Amino acid sequence: MRVELDEPKCVASGQCVMAAPEVFDQRDEDGIAFVLDEKPPADLLDDVREAVAICPAAAIRLVDR
Amino acid sequence: MADTLTGSAPDAAAPVPEFPMARAAGCPFDPPPALQARQDEGRLVKVRLWDGSTPWLVTRYEDQRALLLDPRVSADITSPGYPLQAPNNGKNNISFILMDDPEHARLRRMVTAPFAVKKVEALRPGVQRIVDDLIDDMLAAGGPLDLVEAFALPVPSLVICQLLGVPYADHYFFQENSKTLIKRDAAMEDRTAAHGRLIGYLDDLMGRKMTEPGDDLLSGLVARVEAGELTRQDAAQMGVLLLLAGHETTANMIALGTLALLENPDQLALLRDSDDPRLVASAVEELLRYLNIVHGGRRRAALEDIEIAGEVIRAGEGMIMPNDIANRDPDAFPDPDRLDITRDARRHVAFGFGVHQCLGQPLARMELQVVYSTLYRRIPTLRLAAEVDSLPFKHDGSVYGVYSLPVTW
Repeated sequence: MRVELDEPKCVASGQCVMAAPEVFDQRDEDGIAFVLDEKPPADLLDDVREAVAICPAAAIRLVDR
Repeated sequence: MADTLTGSAPDAAAPVPEFPMARAAGCPFDPPPALQARQDEGRLVKVRLWDGSTPWLVTRYEDQRALLLDPRVSADITSPGYPLQAPNNGKNNISFILMDDPEHARLRRMVTAPFAVKKVEALRPGVQRIVDDLIDDMLAAGGPLDLVEAFALPVPSLVICQLLGVPYADHYFFQENSKTLIKRDAAMEDRTAAHGRLIGYLDDLMGRKMTEPGDDLLSGLVARVEAGELTRQDAAQMGVLLLLAGHETTANMIALGTLALLENPDQLALLRDSDDPRLVASAVEELLRYLNIVHGGRRRAALEDIEIAGEVIRAGEGMIMPNDIANRDPDAFPDPDRLDITRDARRHVAFGFGVHQCLGQPLARMELQVVYSTLYRRIPTLRLAAEVDSLPFKHDGSVYGVYSLPVTW
């Protein structure tokens, strides 16, 4: 499973960093999110799914590849 | 107003209910019963506002999330059909929360950096000191005292002052004007005057930061004004927005959250007796869900026809989405009217949803975590010094809470 983040959509709410801190972080200059680990291990996938669900801008996807 | 409390039959002749609706007497934490009735019916209905306009009322969690995320839905207060909360003379508008992308995103991204989760985490020791010092002062003064004045307002005011670079000595000035600005039944001229005073104050403060910049958010905005990225007027409006949102909301969560816990002693005991930061974080999310203090309803206008919940919201029609009722939707939160700090409430919409979701939420969460994990442990016998029914609830504000909370120990 691969994590995709649509950066222009991101509104820097920080929800993904709270849900999955091992997988997401925020840029220093504007708080916009970026992916730390594009292919997170299985035990972090539930956290990533939570991040997908609570992202207020629907900017995160978990794709099967 | 009274007929809205009992609900109306879903036939064409039924009168359009008025909005906002009243909470039930004796249920200060629950959304108005008429909102619950609309959610139970499951369909969209129209409501009548103070100016006679009739926007759609959206009550279900999934419908609210879908619409708040939809780019065909506008938050621009000048869009046709936008449901106004109060008379608008175009002078009280608070920055980018009432704009659409791309301008909204451009301005918002100028102020999001200091609210990033890890930067906020670095502020935690300082917030803990502020909280501890204020509790020391309370203990030294002795009860009974007003928790709002002694604790709930000072904590977030001190924190946001530090972050923005606003002198805390001016707190009475900005707290009083903020209170007027968000009072929904305040006369338009009073709100305009309060807004003008806050804008003038921020503009003056930023003027001084041009010659003496500090390591704070307002100095960052001043640098952008000097670089030509931002007008001075936009900068002052953003300053007002951050100052207002930074103290009013969190203050109400502290006071009303404390009241809710005192009224649910089993939950308070669970929180007080645990030193697990995950339970504290979970309690914060649950109290945000359960209390949802921003109770005026998120307001939007349709830019195109939108099909939702078996209806079509036409372009130029308004919609109101009260997040308090979405957070009590049983389809999203089982047994929603029960305060349960052990539940996973993270998907609540207390901070809104969509591109306008609260940008200060990591700061609010951290402040509330520090407060809820400290206050009741340091004052374990904290109790109300008044009857709940006698408390002055903020039924008249855009943000719900209590004007004062007499406590003793």
